[in-house]
Amino acid sequence: MTDPGEWHRLHPLSPLVRSGRAAVGVLAIVGISASGHFGHDGSHLLDWALAAAVVIGAVVNWLVTRWKLDGATLRIETGLLRRDSRQLPVARIQAVDVVRPFLARALGLAELRVRLAGSSHADGRLAYLPEQAALDLRARLLAAHHGLDPATPEPGERILASVPNGRLLGSVLASGASLLIALLVAEVVVVVVSPAVLAATGSTFLVFLITLVPMVWRRLATEYGFTLAQSPDGIRIRRGLLGTVAETIPLRRVQAVRMVEPVLWRPLGWCRLEIDVAGSPGRDHADGSGRMRKTLLPVGHRDLAWELMRLVIGADPPPLSRPPRRARRKAPLSYHFLAAGHDAATAMGVTGRLRKVTTWVPLEKVQSVRMVTGPAQRLLSLATVHVDAAGRRVRAEFRDRPGEEAGQLVEDLAALCRSARRQRSQLVDSAKPPGQLR
Amino acid sequence: MRRVQVAGTAAAAALVAGTAAALAVGAPAAVIAVAVVLVAALAAFWFVRNRVRAWTYTEREDDLIVARGVLVRRLSVVPYGRMQFVDVTAGPVERAFRLATVKLHTAAAASDARIPGLERDEAARLRNRLAALGEAKAAGL
Repeated sequence: MTDPGEWHRLHPLSPLVRSGRAAVGVLAIVGISASGHFGHDGSHLLDWALAAAVVIGAVVNWLVTRWKLDGATLRIETGLLRRDSRQLPVARIQAVDVVRPFLARALGLAELRVRLAGSSHADGRLAYLPEQAALDLRARLLAAHHGLDPATPEPGERILASVPNGRLLGSVLASGASLLIALLVAEVVVVVVSPAVLAATGSTFLVFLITLVPMVWRRLATEYGFTLAQSPDGIRIRRGLLGTVAETIPLRRVQAVRMVEPVLWRPLGWCRLEIDVAGSPGRDHADGSGRMRKTLLPVGHRDLAWELMRLVIGADPPPLSRPPRRARRKAPLSYHFLAAGHDAATAMGVTGRLRKVTTWVPLEKVQSVRMVTGPAQRLLSLATVHVDAAGRRVRAEFRDRPGEEAGQLVEDLAALCRSARRQRSQLVDSAKPPGQLR
Repeated sequence: MRRVQVAGTAAAAALVAGTAAALAVGAPAAVIAVAVVLVAALAAFWFVRNRVRAWTYTEREDDLIVARGVLVRRLSVVPYGRMQFVDVTAGPVERAFRLATVKLHTAAAASDARIPGLERDEAARLRNRLAALGEAKAAGL
């Protein structure tokens, strides 16, 4: 790679990849009208003008975009009419992702996405660089971030888990199969009740079947070849079938870990791990890298999942206790798995019957503690305590706890969260690397 | 907390209108209509009164507690340090009664700390206090 201290352009093929879909669409339109089936037989001036506009736009965009790594800042300049000059201080980098959409991958290109703390609108995107240049630049950025000589090679990473593709396929099919069985049962019921309705519901059934296919496909395409590794700057995930994504999640941004065990997976001891990451969800990229709920493990054995959860949270799970037996009268089905517990550092709640969900929240990340008492719960003197972390519906639930315990629980959790937060901020103040956020 | 007044006024207005209609027409159907309106107004009045009475907030040293709800009781404990921003809003009805709503936002969408129907001065005081405390005790994500 040439000296990154100079101004650089992106790879000359970038406009092609960036306008890939648009170009294909325009070409299709041009092709259709050129074949003469639609419209008049005159000149196709307008079509060509449209195609030319798309191409010129992409090329101009490429021409006016340049980047340089200037010691401690990565500078990206782009835009012809509305000039956008972005300075990304290396010290504030949260993560550097390498994304390769299908077309880029075929041409040996990669996109570098530099994520800073805060909203994803402030992210720096370099689309596209030659693959090796992207990897080199990432190593340089990370080295500069840790205050090392920029020429230091990227520190090694430790592979934590990789998901065999056969198992991924099996798990996806199992999830699909459970839906299918539910649908079939519904259909059989309908047929038994009144065969005449079959014609009407049959088409709906087909539509469901058809929507199932892209769902299965998307899971497979985004989670194919899933590898999880630990590196000094966080947890690194590599995945993807056609387009690949390599993303890094700094551990300090993790708000909650969730273990999901669907009913058909349980006999095999399989489960799925999800984590919630702080930040505002920006544009939702098609590859799912903009999402705030991330998959840590698409499918894996329970033992491995527990090990990973311990690693991410950095503590041992708290002791769990069951709600009183009278809760069965309010929640006859979901009572089966209900459990919750907390210690000085974390809180954990288990809910769900068909889809068992275990949520684990570090208390230092807790945003608020809530107690909700519904009418049925009040009759039985029960209450549910929610421990909310940042994000939408990110919480550990202490469901159906005895009333007096719940009141005490709210007080205890509020106090524990406070001390966990204080401890944490003292820790950060005393050992804060320069310029690093939080 | 003067929603009671709002509801009360509405109920009284409905009552007057209903009675006027009954007197004008004088039919038994109108009398029944008045009775229905009266009962509905009383029920609404009772419902709103309970709702308003149940809506309480407590400022503690480190957190704000908001409790609300009659049928479903909800209690939220929000640490000042977790506050992202404070909203003070006043709709047309609230403005007519010189009231305002204070809402505390945290990074969690579920944190449910809204206090409606505060006197305007109290709302301003609360907002300033919360903003100051949030600044002093701010904690990162």
